[in-house]
Amino acid sequence: MPLRIIVLAKQVPDTKNVTGEVMKPDGTVNRNALAAIFNPEDLNALEMGLELKERYGGEVIVITMGPPRAVEILKDSLCRGADRVILLSDRRFAASDTLATSYTIAQAIQTHLMPFDMVLCGRQAIDGDTAQVGPQVAEKLGIAQVTFADRVLAIEGECVRIRRDLGRAQEIVLARKPVLLTVPKSANSPRWPNARLLLKYRRARSAFEVEAEAKRQGRSVDDVVADLRKRGLFIETWGAEDINAELARVGISGSPTKVKKVENVVLAGRNLKLYSADDDGIRSLVTELVEERTFG
Amino acid sequence: MDNFFTDNPDIQWHFNHLDLEDVVASLERNYTEAEQYDDAPLSYADALEGYRAVLEMMGAITAREIAPLAPEVDREGAHFENGKVIYAKGTQRAMDILAKSSLMGMMLPRKYNGLNFPGLLYSMAIEMVAQADASLMNLFSLQDIAQTIYEFGDDNLKDRYLPEFASGKITGAMILTEPDAGSDLQAVRLKAVEQPDGTWKLYGVKRFITNGCADVSLVLARSEEGTVDGRGLSMFLCEKCPELVIRRIEHKLGIHGSPTCELQFNGVPAVLVGQRRMGLIRYVMALMNGARVAVASQAVGIAQAAYEEALKYARKRVQFKRPIIEIPQVYDMLARMKSQIQVARAITYEASRLVDRRRMLERQLEEKPDAALRARLKEVSSWASVLTPIAKAYASEMAVRVTCDAIQIHGGAGYMREFNVERLARDARITTIYEGTTQLQVVGASVGITSGAFGNYLAQLGERGFRPELAQLASLARESREKLSSCVTFLKDFNDRTYSELVSRRLVDMACDALGVHLMLLQAERDPARTAAAEKFTRDALPRIRMQADYITSGDKLVIDKREELL
Repeated sequence: MPLRIIVLAKQVPDTKNVTGEVMKPDGTVNRNALAAIFNPEDLNALEMGLELKERYGGEVIVITMGPPRAVEILKDSLCRGADRVILLSDRRFAASDTLATSYTIAQAIQTHLMPFDMVLCGRQAIDGDTAQVGPQVAEKLGIAQVTFADRVLAIEGECVRIRRDLGRAQEIVLARKPVLLTVPKSANSPRWPNARLLLKYRRARSAFEVEAEAKRQGRSVDDVVADLRKRGLFIETWGAEDINAELARVGISGSPTKVKKVENVVLAGRNLKLYSADDDGIRSLVTELVEERTFG
Repeated sequence: MDNFFTDNPDIQWHFNHLDLEDVVASLERNYTEAEQYDDAPLSYADALEGYRAVLEMMGAITAREIAPLAPEVDREGAHFENGKVIYAKGTQRAMDILAKSSLMGMMLPRKYNGLNFPGLLYSMAIEMVAQADASLMNLFSLQDIAQTIYEFGDDNLKDRYLPEFASGKITGAMILTEPDAGSDLQAVRLKAVEQPDGTWKLYGVKRFITNGCADVSLVLARSEEGTVDGRGLSMFLCEKCPELVIRRIEHKLGIHGSPTCELQFNGVPAVLVGQRRMGLIRYVMALMNGARVAVASQAVGIAQAAYEEALKYARKRVQFKRPIIEIPQVYDMLARMKSQIQVARAITYEASRLVDRRRMLERQLEEKPDAALRARLKEVSSWASVLTPIAKAYASEMAVRVTCDAIQIHGGAGYMREFNVERLARDARITTIYEGTTQLQVVGASVGITSGAFGNYLAQLGERGFRPELAQLASLARESREKLSSCVTFLKDFNDRTYSELVSRRLVDMACDALGVHLMLLQAERDPARTAAAEKFTRDALPRIRMQADYITSGDKLVIDKREELL
């Protein structure tokens, strides 16, 4: 049965190439000072979605919430093979914390994209590093969530068999559809854009871009939009009304999080010793515990 | 380097001066392709944006994904197990990426899932692939085989194979060389026997076949029993099958990632491509000419990689209390390396552009026969056929020198496996040999030089107004033209075939230098920022041109007369 897979993606500052005044005095990130990129683990989520589509058929829908320029990662998604992309963008969404963000995304899904089979998102974003939005979306949608999901092993009727990457162990779980997965870097190597799709979708435009495009082409905005729609190049853009959002729950008013202070924390390395998971390993662990007088 | 396209100012310069407006309009059928295909461009400006987007992506893929794999590909190499060729892991990974990104049919029409790009853009792509991993270029550039099927095959073959080539599902090989037919392909003996049903079977042995393990191959074979020369040879297409046995793969000095196979044909089923007897004289010559421009691009890419390594090393290596790049002998060496790379690139792109223009004129003539078009095609064709061997000869010899110099700049370190330059020098070495040795390119180029076609070409480059600041360069360019034409006249009057052959390499070297001088002058005319580069090359080249002219016009037959004493 064909799958409807929704991928949640975020445009983030390129924290690998930090330059200039990156932090604002209030402790939040000055996004304009950094190049914007596709959050790396969201690319892993997109790749997982595309591979599932190749295996089982269906469609991959990518949603991002962000300022108008976040449309760049949606164009990128189209060039990598996404079937449909949606930009959630509204001035009133600005300054959302994870609670408001997950509300907005869940609201968009519930309003327009039901029913679906899976929501895939990156394990966490490299800017906030909270890893909260995915799980919160699952809660709001009332569906199962599997974090650190690095493989979808099989889809068995209404259930999905998933492998979790727990660093030094793997766990295999069975979850009922629909399910939300958060995908770590170890899951796959994201594909590059496809040249033919790139040649097509480089011309895709969001609602925010049509005015400039109309001016460039010397045509009316309506004409340009109609033309873009006809060629499948108009990127859907949803604001608060489009998703029936309660204004009190979006943007700054829906965000209880306050940044109190930012400090540089150096994590002190603890003494870590690894034992192999076999009889010899257990034997040497017990011997050591006895010798150290932890036991006996 | 993070991106072999955007981070290379010289490629950027050429991209900003593509001069392909007429070619692209014709390729895109005056932009009516866009009515049928949503990835086709709407105008020349739109096409350029699309080309840039694709090349930027290739620049990133080659720099970030493929280049880091190259040292391990070199160590692992392609291997041969149980009669099968297995690519090195990095080679396979790179091929998968290129295929998945639809980059394996750059010039093929969209109908076959290609990108419908001009050849010049393909040359740029080859260069970036070679800069990342020279051996991968041998597989990437097998696109030329699909191109040959496109040009000479029937619809049946095209529909069957081209989409598969473009998607990277199958790879190709061009199977020409035999133990006793290397440079002399007229001596090919592989036997093609016609079957009652009109198909053919192939019998014999082929050697030194790049990617001989391919799914689909074009084979040069003798279809006319009793013939001994090129007119008895035809081109066939065959698929991988049990009758086609890979005997072994070669252990080579370089390009380890590219498998070089010895093949035995035990009655391999094959179909004829095009017409009988036209195999060598028409189809293989076309295939080889494409491959020669490709090798020129490969050579430029390898040299660029070596130059980048040498520059980086010279900046950071401190001896005598200063970075060695501050030593005049070192920075002059680097400046010469860079200048030769620039010239090789300019010549290679110019050759590609002429081939693109020739294809355009052929297309236009097919649609509408016209005497003026035919005359123009004849002229452009004569230029393309002389610039192709010149590009191959110049770029490949340049790559051997530049990679060698890159080792020299590294000193002892450069001789060690830990640095990339020894690999680059080994990889570069093949470029002067395969797809026709430099000596064969000299034979090909000499024809066009002595016929006057090359002189005409240079004249239309150089006989125009230049900015006053370029007066000295323009006059040196004129001198280079005059020297070359005086040598051509001398050889005609001297009328000694052996002597002409003896000095032909000098004549072609002169032609390469003269062409470089002209192309750099034109760059300086269009962009004052290129003036110093033009001056550097011209001042290095003119003394060489004068020396060669002296030698050629001396009529000195010492080596011919006293050959036995001298050897």
